[in-house]
Amino acid sequence: MIVTVASGKGGTGKTSVAVNLALSIENVQLLDCDVEEPNAHLFLHPELLKTEPVYTFIPFVNQELCDHCGVCSKFCQYHALFTSPNNVLVFPELCHSCGGCMIVCPKKAITETKNRIGKLNFCAAEDLTLVYGELEIGKPMSVPIIKAVKKQMDKSKNVIIDSPPGTSCPFIETVRGSDFCVLVTEPTPFGLHDLKITVQVLRKMIVPFGVVVNRAGVGDNKVYEYCQQENIPILLEIPYQRKIAELYSRGIPFSQEMPEWTEKFQTLYSDIGKLVKK
Amino acid sequence: MKICVTASTGTIDAQIDPRFGRCAYFVVVDSETMQFEAVPNLASGASGGAGIQAAQAVANKGAKVVLTGDVGPNAFHALSAAGIEIVTGVSGSVKEAVEKFKRGDFKKTGAPTVGDHAGVSKTQR
Ligand code: SF4
Ligand code: SF4
Repeated sequence: MIVTVASGKGGTGKTSVAVNLALSIENVQLLDCDVEEPNAHLFLHPELLKTEPVYTFIPFVNQELCDHCGVCSKFCQYHALFTSPNNVLVFPELCHSCGGCMIVCPKKAITETKNRIGKLNFCAAEDLTLVYGELEIGKPMSVPIIKAVKKQMDKSKNVIIDSPPGTSCPFIETVRGSDFCVLVTEPTPFGLHDLKITVQVLRKMIVPFGVVVNRAGVGDNKVYEYCQQENIPILLEIPYQRKIAELYSRGIPFSQEMPEWTEKFQTLYSDIGKLVKK
Repeated sequence: MKICVTASTGTIDAQIDPRFGRCAYFVVVDSETMQFEAVPNLASGASGGAGIQAAQAVANKGAKVVLTGDVGPNAFHALSAAGIEIVTGVSGSVKEAVEKFKRGDFKKTGAPTVGDHAGVSKTQR
């Protein structure tokens, strides 16, 4: 089963839920797709086994063959190319690696070259394996890294994915193909607002989902009312408790110190299993 | 010599539109005759790469100088590569700007004056 843990905004405790869930069940592969700010490893203190660079392909212009006709830059709908009277400039951060410029260049002056955008880290913490992607500073290209992380998916395991926050391309790329999506939210007006947007996206993508309410007790009842109206299952409530907050701030997954929570996360996982089968 | 001024409408009396990549028009003025051509900026609504697209349009028109308010890093890089001189911080009308330039009142800008995406409002992003 592939379960993505997501939230409409950052700071809702999404990673904490993903990590506690991963530690409570067996045979787990955790994929951290929050490549702009991967932090699952900060809770797990895993051993780093190896790293691998992630590349995209960008055009390389052979200035000797090029006659500055401008066909390539006119073609590129992402405006990643600029033709000046004496050379062609490539703007790697705008290139989507479609390869079109190579095809349209009448002089065959364009070949591809590798552009390093980040890396994958392969880790292990006891029997749990963790793969997390890391974007190089200043490279606004999280989707190719997310794809690279997801390529490492081992379907013989219970796969848990920590999604980037929000509902834009990186989230969609992450949740695509999941059997279930756990939405972590706070019972506040902001939490509800982001939850509603995420629900719309998931309904369009036809990914089944349920809600985990984190810091239950801090806000109002609106999230609960909304879920009831919309027939969205509330799978778990994590109360706002000093001990949980303290463990969180020390980077310790709270189920490790509060064993009753291991059981609750196991129940959460089996409940998800039942919902997926339905 | 052709001078390109970023403008809010397509005339020589138009006010300068300060955002290079997102301006409404480029008014390309021949500094000898003061004849001009107005070119709508197709990049003004582009979601990314507006600066480069705009720079390409300006380079294709054969302009040698750009007079504008602010220019971002990509556009700056592209315009410089095409050997186009860039003057930022310009305001007033297109005509005034060109005349000031001819009198030598401006000095060339040596670096981008705004960051990436500066001309994009939050909602557009
Ligand atoms: S299409 Fe080919 S020849 Fe023409 S400008 Fe681009 S790289 Fe040069
Ligand atoms: S590969 Fe595609 S996106 Fe990249 S520069 Fe060429 S045409 Fe543009």
